[in-house]
Amino acid sequence: MLRILHQIFRTGVVTEPLPEQVEAEVIMVGKRLEEAIRKRFSRSLVIREVDAGSCNGCELEIIAMNNPIYNCERFGISFTASPRFADMLLVTGPVSHNMEIALKRTYDATPDPKLVVAVGDCGINGGIFGESYASRGGVGSVIPVDAVIPGCPPAPADLLAGILAVVTAGNQ
Amino acid sequence: MNNLSEQIAARFGADALRETGHFPDTVPLLSIPRDGFEDAAILMKKAGARLAAQWGVDETTMGRGFAVIACYAWESDYLLVRCETPRDDPTFPSLTKKYIPAFRFERQIESLMGLVPTGHVHSDHRPWIKFEDWPADAWPLRKLFDPAQKMPRVKGEYRWARARGEGVYEIPVGPVHAGIIEPGHFRFQAMGEDILNLEERLGYTHKGIEKRFEALSWKDGVRLAGRVSGDSTVAHALCYCRALEALCRFEPPPRALWLRAVLLERERIANHLGDIGAVANDAAFAFLLYQFSRLKETLLRLNRRLFGHRYLMDRVVPGGVAVDLAPEGTEAILAELDWLADEFERLITIYDLNPSLEDRVRTTGILSADLARDLGTVGFVARASGQPLDCRVQTPFPPYDRFPPSMTVLNSCDVHARVWIRVCEIRDSIRLIREFLATLPHGEISAELPSPSSCASGFAVVEGWRGEIVYWLQAGGEGGVNRCMIRDPSSVNWLGLEQAVLGNIVPDFPLCNKSFNQSYSGHDL
Ligand code: SF4
Repeated sequence: MLRILHQIFRTGVVTEPLPEQVEAEVIMVGKRLEEAIRKRFSRSLVIREVDAGSCNGCELEIIAMNNPIYNCERFGISFTASPRFADMLLVTGPVSHNMEIALKRTYDATPDPKLVVAVGDCGINGGIFGESYASRGGVGSVIPVDAVIPGCPPAPADLLAGILAVVTAGNQ
Repeated sequence: MNNLSEQIAARFGADALRETGHFPDTVPLLSIPRDGFEDAAILMKKAGARLAAQWGVDETTMGRGFAVIACYAWESDYLLVRCETPRDDPTFPSLTKKYIPAFRFERQIESLMGLVPTGHVHSDHRPWIKFEDWPADAWPLRKLFDPAQKMPRVKGEYRWARARGEGVYEIPVGPVHAGIIEPGHFRFQAMGEDILNLEERLGYTHKGIEKRFEALSWKDGVRLAGRVSGDSTVAHALCYCRALEALCRFEPPPRALWLRAVLLERERIANHLGDIGAVANDAAFAFLLYQFSRLKETLLRLNRRLFGHRYLMDRVVPGGVAVDLAPEGTEAILAELDWLADEFERLITIYDLNPSLEDRVRTTGILSADLARDLGTVGFVARASGQPLDCRVQTPFPPYDRFPPSMTVLNSCDVHARVWIRVCEIRDSIRLIREFLATLPHGEISAELPSPSSCASGFAVVEGWRGEIVYWLQAGGEGGVNRCMIRDPSSVNWLGLEQAVLGNIVPDFPLCNKSFNQSYSGHDL
C-alpha cells in the first residue's frame, strides 16, 4: 500500500499542464468543450462507442483519450456501456456487412436527440477497405451522420477537437 | 531438405512434387495427390508438427483448378502441403480428425472459397465468418465472385450449441460490447456462476481484406496489411513485406532490417504495457491501468515525434522502411528506455506484491499445456501454457539471428502466467532495442524491389506481440496478386479462450478475455 501511495505522489498530476503545442491545444479545446457541454448537455456528454468493423486502430485512440494524460472526463465526457444513456454515438470503421444490422439497432436504441460522429478515414468513406460485398463503406451510408473526424487513426487531440466542433455546431 | 519434407517425400515418393516457384527455399511447398492429404496430416502429427494454417486458393485464372494448402510447423521447420481439387468436384479430405484447429480453418475455407471438407468428424458445416444471412453460394474468395456487389440478405439461423437441465441458463453477449472494444458475440451456458460452455461467434468485422488485396498493387498492399489489426500494424506490414520479399528473392539493406526490428519491439512493448494495465483494471485495480497507460502514451508520443505515427502505420514498406532514425532519435529512444525500465520495475513490484490482485489472476482461466498444444495456440498464450514457440527464436531473420530474444515459458497456464510472460518480454524487448541501436548499420533504408514473376509464391512468419503471424502470397499469371492468405495469431488463440474459461465463474470472464486480448479484426479479416 505504501508503495502505491508513494508511486501516486511521485507521479503527481500528469494530466496537465504540459509544454508541447499539442497539449496546449488539448487544454484550449478542452476548455471550450467543457463550456459547451455545460451549456448544452447539463455538464456531461455521454458517449456510446460503436466499432462497426474497424481495424481497432481508432479504438486505441478513443481509449487513449481516457488515459490520465488526455483525461477527457475532466471536460465532462464519459463513455457508457448502453446506447440508452448516450447523447452521442462515436462510430468507427467501415461498416461491415456483418455489423450493419447491429449498428442500426444501436442507433435505434439511442434516445433522441442524438448526435452521430463518424470516426477515422474508414468511418468517413470506408478508407482503404472501400465499399465491397463485405463493407458498406462510410458510416453515413447506414445511419445519419452529424460530423466526421478524419485521420487514420485520428489522434486523441483530433478526437477532442472533432467532438468540440459537433457539440458547438448545433448552437448556431 | 528439412525433416518434415523428408518424411513426406519418403512416404509419397514421386507423388510429392516440389513446386519450383515457391520461396523461401527453406519452406518447401509440396503438392501431393488429394487422397493422400489426410495421410500427410497423420504423418505430420506423428512427427510432432502443429497445423499452423490451412487455406484454399483459386487458381482457375492460372490454368488450374482449386487447391488447399496446409502449413505444418515443428520448431524451425515449416512445410506447406498442397492438394488440388478440381472445379467440378471442389472437395478435400478434412484434417479435423488429426488437428483440432482444422475445423475452424475448414469452416472458413468452405464458407469463403466454397471448397467442402469431407470425412469431417463433427460434420460442422455451419458457416464461419460468413453469416447465415449471406447467400449460400456467395464465396468471395473465388475468382468469379464480384467483390463490388452488394450482397443480398437471405433468411437463415445460426445453430448454437445448447445446454439443457435444471438451473442451466444462457448468457448472450455482444456483438456490441460494453467497453470500447471490437465487436464479437459470446454465448455462455452457465449454471449458478460457473461457465459450462462458451461458444464464440466471430466475423462481425469481416471487411473482405483477403479479397481486397487482389485488387491492389503489391506496393499498395502493405498499407492494407498494416490495417488488418491496428494494434499489430508493424508486425502485419512486416510479415507481408517479408513474404513479398521472399517471393521476389530480395533482402532489404541491413539498416532497414535493424530499424524494422526496433519498430517491432516498440510495438510489442506498447501493447504489453497497455494490456498489463487493462488486466489489472479488470481485477478492479484501476491504479495500474492509469500508470501503465501513462507509460504507453509516452512511447506513442515518441513514435510520433521520431517516426511520424503513434502506432507506426505505413513505416514498414516493401524493400525496407519509410523513415530513417537520426542519431538524436537514437539518443531519445535510449533515454526513454532508461526512464521506462525504471518506472516499469516500480509498477511491477506493486503488481507482484498485491494480494487481492494475486487472488484474482492466479489459477484463473487455466489453459492446460496439452490443450494449448492441441489447439495450435501461438505467442504469449502458448508460452504461458508451456509451449516453447517464438518465431524470433526459431526462425530468426536479421538482426534477431545475432541478438536472440530470450524466450520465457511458464507452466501455470493461468491469467497470471499470460501477464507475466508479457512482463518478461517487455524487459527483453528493452534489451533488444538497446542492442539493435548499438549496432545499427549505416547505409540505405530501402531499395527497389524487383517485380514478382508470374505464378510465384512467397511465405513468411513474423512474431508479432500476440504471436506468430503467417502470410502466403501468390502472384497470378500476369504477376499481380492472385492470393494473399493471412493467419493472425488470433485465429488459433480464440480457440484457447473458449477452453480456458470453462469451470470459471462468469464474472471472471472479462479478466480471462483480457489476458488473451485477441484481435477480432485480425481473425475476421
Ligand atoms: S481509419 Fe485507420 S485506424 Fe481507423 S479503422 Fe480505419 S484503418 Fe483502422
